[in-house]
Amino acid sequence: MDLALAPETLARWQFGITTVYHFLFVPLTISLAALTAGLQTAWVRTEKEKYLRATKFWGKLFLINIAMGVVTGIVQEFQFGMNWSDYSRFVGDIFGAPLAFEALIAFFFESTFIGLWIFGWDKLPKKIHLACIWMVSIGTILSAYFILAANSWMQHPVGYKIDKARGRAELTDFLAVLTQNTALSQAFHTLSAAFLTGGAFMVGISAYHLARKRHIREMKTSLRLGLITVVIAGLLTAVSGDTLGKVMFKQQPMKMAAAEALWDGQKPAPFSIFAYGDVEKGHNTVAIEIPGLLSFLADDNFTSEVPGINDVNKAEQQKFGPGDYRPNIPVAFWGFRWMIGFGMASFAIGLAGLWLTRKKFMLPQHLRVGEDEIPHLVLFPKKALSPKLAPWFWRIATWTMAFPLIANSWGWIFTEMGRQPWVVYGVLQTRDAVSPGVSQGEVLTSLIVFTSLYAVLAVVEVKLLAKYVKAGPPELTEDDLNPPTKIGGDTRDADKPMAFSY
Amino acid sequence: MELHDVWFVLIAVLWTGYFFLEGFDFGVGILTKLLARDRAERRVLINTIGPVWDGNEVWLLTAGGATFAAFPEWYATLFSGFYLPLLLILVCLIVRGVAFEYRAKRPEENWQRNWETAIFWTSLLPAFLWGVAFGNIVRGVKIDQHFEYVGSVWDLLNPYALLGGLVTLSLFTFHGAVFTALKTVGDIRTRARQLARWAGLVAAVLAVAFLLWTQAHSGDGKSLIALIVAVVALVGALTANHLGREGWAFSLSGLTIVAAVAMLFLSLFPDVMPSTLNGDWSLTVSNASSSPYTLKIMTWLAVIATPLVLLYQGWTYWVFRKRIGTQHIAEAAH
Repeated sequence: MDLALAPETLARWQFGITTVYHFLFVPLTISLAALTAGLQTAWVRTEKEKYLRATKFWGKLFLINIAMGVVTGIVQEFQFGMNWSDYSRFVGDIFGAPLAFEALIAFFFESTFIGLWIFGWDKLPKKIHLACIWMVSIGTILSAYFILAANSWMQHPVGYKIDKARGRAELTDFLAVLTQNTALSQAFHTLSAAFLTGGAFMVGISAYHLARKRHIREMKTSLRLGLITVVIAGLLTAVSGDTLGKVMFKQQPMKMAAAEALWDGQKPAPFSIFAYGDVEKGHNTVAIEIPGLLSFLADDNFTSEVPGINDVNKAEQQKFGPGDYRPNIPVAFWGFRWMIGFGMASFAIGLAGLWLTRKKFMLPQHLRVGEDEIPHLVLFPKKALSPKLAPWFWRIATWTMAFPLIANSWGWIFTEMGRQPWVVYGVLQTRDAVSPGVSQGEVLTSLIVFTSLYAVLAVVEVKLLAKYVKAGPPELTEDDLNPPTKIGGDTRDADKPMAFSY
Repeated sequence: MELHDVWFVLIAVLWTGYFFLEGFDFGVGILTKLLARDRAERRVLINTIGPVWDGNEVWLLTAGGATFAAFPEWYATLFSGFYLPLLLILVCLIVRGVAFEYRAKRPEENWQRNWETAIFWTSLLPAFLWGVAFGNIVRGVKIDQHFEYVGSVWDLLNPYALLGGLVTLSLFTFHGAVFTALKTVGDIRTRARQLARWAGLVAAVLAVAFLLWTQAHSGDGKSLIALIVAVVALVGALTANHLGREGWAFSLSGLTIVAAVAMLFLSLFPDVMPSTLNGDWSLTVSNASSSPYTLKIMTWLAVIATPLVLLYQGWTYWVFRKRIGTQHIAEAAH
């Protein structure tokens, strides 16, 4: 069965859908692992019950989420071979190694210690049980690093040579692959964004409960933790995004020119807030711009020259032969803006929230509240937000949850589509990477199967999350407060039910 | 022994680890219909593997990733060639993972029953399909001079490979039953032993036929030794099960899997995926492998990381060493 499509089109859609979907769960997993571990650490150190209840609450949401991350990750390990066999043959010598590192170091870590954590409440002494969730957290971060190093190699191949006889790229310097500035800045950016995502998730859900005056103690603690995470991570996301942007201007000028719809090189180059262009003719018909800002973003200098799409296209035609080396410009342009817009919106809301709910010593006497009261939202030094406006704050804070998820998705769509027509920049084009032996009918089958399965699972998981969000933190039992002292559990009663069972 | 030979062995070790570990948890999944009489018993079964199934499955991901890194051509040909069966396996593993995690998260009867049905089928299908896949790898498939699989999906469903599928299915069911007898208390433990007897006999008949066929097709002296070990271990496992020596029975059913996988890989070597069209088009350890530099880095990784993994995964089994029965499952745990 052959459809009137380019051979790579369906495979690209499949990779896009499965990967963007997988990445809805990844950043939440990374950040919620660490945040839950932080709350559990607070419980172990202070023995305040609100921390344990918060740990159990966020831990449950974390587990619902990581389950989806794990199962959708299985596809990621195999679809290079399924749909992209020529890619796998060409780059496997290099690209396979970080994947194997990820599996052998990070996946084993995560999967083993998550099992210990889930089932270990009545089997492990407190501190060892706590160590397990930290191990999971370390696993998630290592996993992110290895896979981002692999992706960075596609963005900017280093430490390799081409073996003409075998028709493939071969690794010459693994350390360069792991430590090149693309990998470092991409990991920095992605991990910060992951914590922005988890922080916003916490802010959103805490705000939902606080607006309804429920579970105040735990949710106030969670709100603060979430807000601080959002602000710090938001700041780091911006800083690392700027670093990554500068790296990209040097390594993939086409991607950044496309991100700006900058058709022809300019000196100084403006940052475009809005543009509507004509791709055929190669220029913008409408554009609203801030002079010089793009030069600054690219090179830290308001007057530097930034090459445009048409310039880079010509340069690449000279270097690589005739062809169109331009990515999909509107997707790159708008993807870049949605990423920044939604990411920074959640940062701004976090900053506002942190100010509005600031701690008592920064407030006058009459605006201070006790531990079991909803905080006043204090906009001005001595005056709280009016009762009309206050609910809006809680509402907006709840919506914030979705913003980083949208930003993350667009970030990946931008950076991957902005690299087209290359799958490995300057080395291998996407159309040469697909599996020649797999028919379009087969790709279409798997595309439909995965998309429908993922759609069903999305409904299941969102409903489940909603149920557990609404349920709030659990009541603690005697056993929760008296964890075992021996590994394997105390043997007071051989027939006692397990603290957790499937 | 060159590095690509070492990696052939290591890939075999990873698959062996996967079939040993996920073998019994597929088996336990199958027993949720064959053995369990009610929900409480189904939950006992599911909870014997609760803390460990995810770690077991990572052996597969590692086998996949390591094949990609050490034998890119093998990875590319295998997974693009066995496209639709692999798709089915992936769908099963996705649904299965979600089923374990989400089944107890809602109290509704429908919800729980549907996920339990899912656990049964998504354990049974991969247990069968992996055997079919390995049957085809050993037997050889239609591979052209560019290392592309040019057969159809129907070519994969040949008698030898289908027999291979029945072998893994029955062997994993047996392994799972023996594991259940080792990990449970009460009535279910006794019945698991009884079921293991029958599953083991079926597995023995099928496995002997399949392994002898393999030996006749592509065996040598070494693979014959592995064959004998596998058969002796299986008989030993059946005997130990009969005598109620559950620890021995499990170790020996595990050894059966180890020896059977070893036998398949021994009869495969030095090919990794033989071509039935032309012997010169077969993928071998040398023409499918990565560069010596990559293999060297991968070897360092394996030497350092694998013992650690075994250590902490082993520790997990020790932490959850207690047998469980229906009395250990809390009524409303969701």
